[in-house]
Amino acid sequence: MNIQYLKTDFLVVGGGTAGTMAAIKAKQASPESDVLILEKANIRRSGAIAMGMDGVNTAVIPGNSTPEQYTREITIANDGILNQKAVYETGRLGFEVIQELESWGVKFQKDHEGNYDLKQVHRVGKYVLPMPEGKDLKKILTRQVKRHKVRVTNRVMATRVMVQDGRATGAVGFDVRSGDFVVIQAKAVVLCTGACGRLGLPASGYLYGTYENPTNAGDGYSMAYHAGAELTNIECFQINPLIKDYNGPACAYVASPFGAYTANAEGHRFINCDYWSGQMMLEVYKELNSGKGPVHLKMYHLDDDTIAEIESILWANERPSRGRFHEGRGENYRTDGVEMNISEIGLCSGHSASGVWVNERAETTIPGLYAAGDMASVPHNYMIGAFVYGRIAGETAMGYVDGLDHMEPDAEFLAAEQARIYQPLEKPDGVPHTQVEYKLRRLVNDYLQPPKSPTKMDIGLEKFVAYEETLDIMGASDPHELMRCMEVHFIRDCAEMAARASLYRKETRWGLYHYRLDYPEKNNEEWFCHVNLKKGETGQMELFKRPVEPYIVDVNLESEIYDVAAR
Amino acid sequence: MALTNQRVDVPVIVDESKCLEKCVACIEVCPLDVLVKNPETGKAYMKYDECWFCLPCEKECPTNAITVQIPFLLR
Repeated sequence: MNIQYLKTDFLVVGGGTAGTMAAIKAKQASPESDVLILEKANIRRSGAIAMGMDGVNTAVIPGNSTPEQYTREITIANDGILNQKAVYETGRLGFEVIQELESWGVKFQKDHEGNYDLKQVHRVGKYVLPMPEGKDLKKILTRQVKRHKVRVTNRVMATRVMVQDGRATGAVGFDVRSGDFVVIQAKAVVLCTGACGRLGLPASGYLYGTYENPTNAGDGYSMAYHAGAELTNIECFQINPLIKDYNGPACAYVASPFGAYTANAEGHRFINCDYWSGQMMLEVYKELNSGKGPVHLKMYHLDDDTIAEIESILWANERPSRGRFHEGRGENYRTDGVEMNISEIGLCSGHSASGVWVNERAETTIPGLYAAGDMASVPHNYMIGAFVYGRIAGETAMGYVDGLDHMEPDAEFLAAEQARIYQPLEKPDGVPHTQVEYKLRRLVNDYLQPPKSPTKMDIGLEKFVAYEETLDIMGASDPHELMRCMEVHFIRDCAEMAARASLYRKETRWGLYHYRLDYPEKNNEEWFCHVNLKKGETGQMELFKRPVEPYIVDVNLESEIYDVAAR
Repeated sequence: MALTNQRVDVPVIVDESKCLEKCVACIEVCPLDVLVKNPETGKAYMKYDECWFCLPCEKECPTNAITVQIPFLLR
C-alpha cells in the first residue's frame, strides 16, 4: 500500500460549483497561499452541474428585487425555520457572482434592451434568470481554477476530516484508481461535496438513476458528522417532482415562463406556483392520491415555435439525454404531457433546508471547517447560493489560516482510518456493494418516504443501526469498487440521521418533506426551532433544539401562509 | 462466498473501429469513472454498471465513437 502525503494551506474537498469558487476566491484573497482541490471525479465534469445548467434560480438583480425581498420569500417558503442572515448573503452577493461569471464568459439571457431577462417562478418575486447556453459552465470554471493557480488532485475521494485540538487540520482518503492512501495536512478545510443524492432508491430500481449526480452520496454530511460538527433540519428531506423513470427535472422553471404548467390527468392546474417547495410537493402528493393522477408538465397547448425553443434549452444543458429518453418512448411535447412522479428522498439544502450547520460566514461548529453548496444548511440556495457560499468560505478561511501552522497527523487516527477503509479489499468475495447499497436504499424507501409514521421510522432506525454490521461483510475487488463501498458508509450515516431527526421533530412542517401522520399539524409553540444533531462524546448521535436566530427582515408568519393549491 | 456473473445491458456503447488507442478523453471526464481501456485491444469500454447517462463521454470523444443510451430500466 502506497501512502501519499500532501500539504496545503486551504483544502477544498469537492470541485463542483461551490468548491471551484471557494478555491478561486481563496487565491484571489491570498495569491501566495497554496490552495488544493480534492475531487473524486474530474473537476472538468463533476458535481451537480457536470453537464451545465439552464438557468439560475436565486438571482437578486438590483432594480428587480432586493436581498430583503428575497429573504422574505425564502422565509415564507421555508416555513420560517432559517438563519435569515445566511439567506440574506445569497441575495446580497448573488449579483456580483453573476457579473464575475459573465466576465469569465458565462452567458445570461438578456432582453432586447440588454437587461437581464428575469422570469417569475417563485411565488412573488422574479429570481429565475435563464442561461440557455449554460452547457460549458464547468469547463469555464475549470479554466479559472487553472488561471488562478489552484492545485487540483482528481480521482481522490476523501473519507474523513482530521480534527486535532478541536480544529480541522486536513483530511484523509484514497485514490480511487491506484488505491493509494492519501493524507492531506491543511490549515483549513471546506467541504463542498454536494447533496446526498443516493439516499432513497429510485422507483426504476436503478441505483444511479438519481436526480442528483450520483457521485454525491452524502460524503460531506457524513464527514462533518464524524468530525463532530452540527448538522441541521435533516428531517426536511429533498423530494422533487420529476420526469417519471428518467428522474430528471421536468423543468417547469424553464418551461412555465413560456406558458407551460403542471396539470393533473384532466389537464387542469392544481397548483398556482411551480417553485419547488414541500408545500408544492404535498399538493402533488394529494393530487396523485385523489384519483386525478398522474400529473404532467403540460406544453401541448403551446405553439410549435415555443415548444421548439423549450426543447432547444432542455436538451442541451442540465440533463441533455432527456431528448433521447422521450424519443425512445415515442413521446413529443406537442402531443404528450411529460409524466411526472414524486421522487425518492434525498438530502440537499440547495432545494430544501437540510445540511451541515453553517452561519453567514460559512463556518461550521468546528473551527477551521467550512461548508458550502448543496450540503451546507442555507435553505433554497441553488447554484447561485453555492457560488456565494463558496466565495464566503474561501474568503473567511484565508483570514482564519493567517499565522496558523500545520499539525502533524495523529498516527493512531491514520492507522484506524486506513484499516477501516481497506477492509473490503481484504475480502474480494464479500457481498458486492451493489447489493448492500440496493437493500439499504430500499429500506430507506420502506421506512422513511413521507408521509412519515413513527413506528415505521423506529423500525427503519433499528435496521439502519444494525446495518453497520452488514457494511462489514461488503467486499471489493479493486479501488473503484472500494470507492462505492465507502459511499455506502456515507449513505448509511445519512439514513440514520434522517430517521433520528424525523422522529425527533414531533410536528408536520415543510409540506410533504416532513409530513408526520401522527402529528399532522404545524406546532410553532414547541417546534419553531432548528433540529440539530451531532456526534456526542460517547459516539452516540445527539439531537437537540437550536433556536431560530432573530430575524433581520420582518415577516409575519401568522398571516403569510405559503399556500400554492389552486382553487 | 459464491459469486455469480450477471449479464447486464450497459448504456455506453463504444464503436471500436473509431476508438483511438492512445486517447483517454472519455475515461477522464466520466464523473462515475465507469469507463476503462481493454488492455488487450486499447479500446474503451464500460466496465462498471454505474452510468448517469450525463453524456460528457459522448460529447468529448474526438471521433464520435461513443453512443450513450438511456439505461434499460429507465428506457
